[in-house]
Amino acid sequence: MNVSSAAIRACGLVKTHGQGQSRVRAVDEVDLEVPQGQMLAVMGPSGCGKSTLLHLLGGLERPTDGEVWVAGRRIDTMSERALARMRRRSVGFVFQAFHLVEELSATENVELPALLAGRSRRQAGRSRRQARRRAGLLLERVGLAARARHLPSQLSGGQRQRVAVARALVNDPLVVLADEPTGNLDTAATLDVLRIFQELRAAGQTFVIVTHDERVAATADRLVSMRDGMFVDDTRLDGSHTGGLGGLIGLGG
Amino acid sequence: MQDAVLAMLAKEPSHGYHLHDRLRRSLGPLGEAMNRGQIYVTLARLERAGLVVCERADGLPERPERKVYALTPAGQQRVAAWLAEVGWPKPDLAEFHLKLAAAAAARLADPVELVAAQRRELLRRLREVQQAVLAEPAGQPAGLLLEGVVLRLQADLRWLDACERAWSEVDDDVEGG
Repeated sequence: MNVSSAAIRACGLVKTHGQGQSRVRAVDEVDLEVPQGQMLAVMGPSGCGKSTLLHLLGGLERPTDGEVWVAGRRIDTMSERALARMRRRSVGFVFQAFHLVEELSATENVELPALLAGRSRRQAGRSRRQARRRAGLLLERVGLAARARHLPSQLSGGQRQRVAVARALVNDPLVVLADEPTGNLDTAATLDVLRIFQELRAAGQTFVIVTHDERVAATADRLVSMRDGMFVDDTRLDGSHTGGLGGLIGLGG
Repeated sequence: MQDAVLAMLAKEPSHGYHLHDRLRRSLGPLGEAMNRGQIYVTLARLERAGLVVCERADGLPERPERKVYALTPAGQQRVAAWLAEVGWPKPDLAEFHLKLAAAAAARLADPVELVAAQRRELLRRLREVQQAVLAEPAGQPAGLLLEGVVLRLQADLRWLDACERAWSEVDDDVEGG
């Protein structure tokens, strides 16, 4: 696989927490490459380092050792300023707890990262209109056009997460990083979010999803399992097929 | 399959192809592999067992698709008994459990590796069903069946996690002792 086709690449990634005796390797020598347009799921018990890994890949934390490349640029050595700009432009985050601004409407929440990424004061008026239009399109895409003016408190958990997904996409990021995106959702809302992810991936969006839900992980192209900061299993889920759905319920084919 | 076909005839006498359509509608994507021949084979068996009778439309050449099937009194009784029955398919976990024990005892294979391979296989199945779930519009009766298959696979995957933990500890004990 050539380097340029990888949306995200990490090599020899290490992150330690704590000092001396209580020093813990949250991420321990991880190598990873996610090609553009792929969905990678990371599973593992709580405390295995999967969330820390996601934070390292998205530039929310800096590694103790190793390299992280996003969109062909090394990010672990960037200045804070450059790193913040990279996060705004290249990475969309979706969290279990949604993290919406309670005082802002759905539309305002979605357009917020676009406004923060706005370039100059002179362009502000124009970019504001563009952000509003893009927020509207994205809310329509996640099935919430009719609730664009609602505050988060007026939305269900599933709807809030869909707003958060729209917000993650507003700057057209190279990669979406999702940490337990369905952790607070019931089955129907989980399926809504997964359907949106599938559509986006079909359109070429790259994803890294951390989850403890097998049914979320099963929608990925590739699944890695983590224990004690290391990858212990790596499964390709695309490609080979099991020979017909009918076989799964004992019907002949 | 025999019981399900019989029960579908309880609504009204029916052609084989009509039964086939109804079954496929109920099963959704899981029923796509089922062909009409299987229905006719099942109906022929039920007929021999005296549970259905076959009425042929008069004056038409004899072809399977012309036949209309109806329940006999014995067939009706069998349907009633089937509805009241509380039997449930048992997943065969003992076989896999014994496979791990035998592999470990004879040092034929690492049980943890066997669990990992099994887990990958179940994840691929889960992915396939999950794709069908996501493709199915919400609220379809077939979606409910898919949901059941997903939940079962999830339960099996959780059991495999428990197997992996237990057999990893056995390894550690051996290495430590």
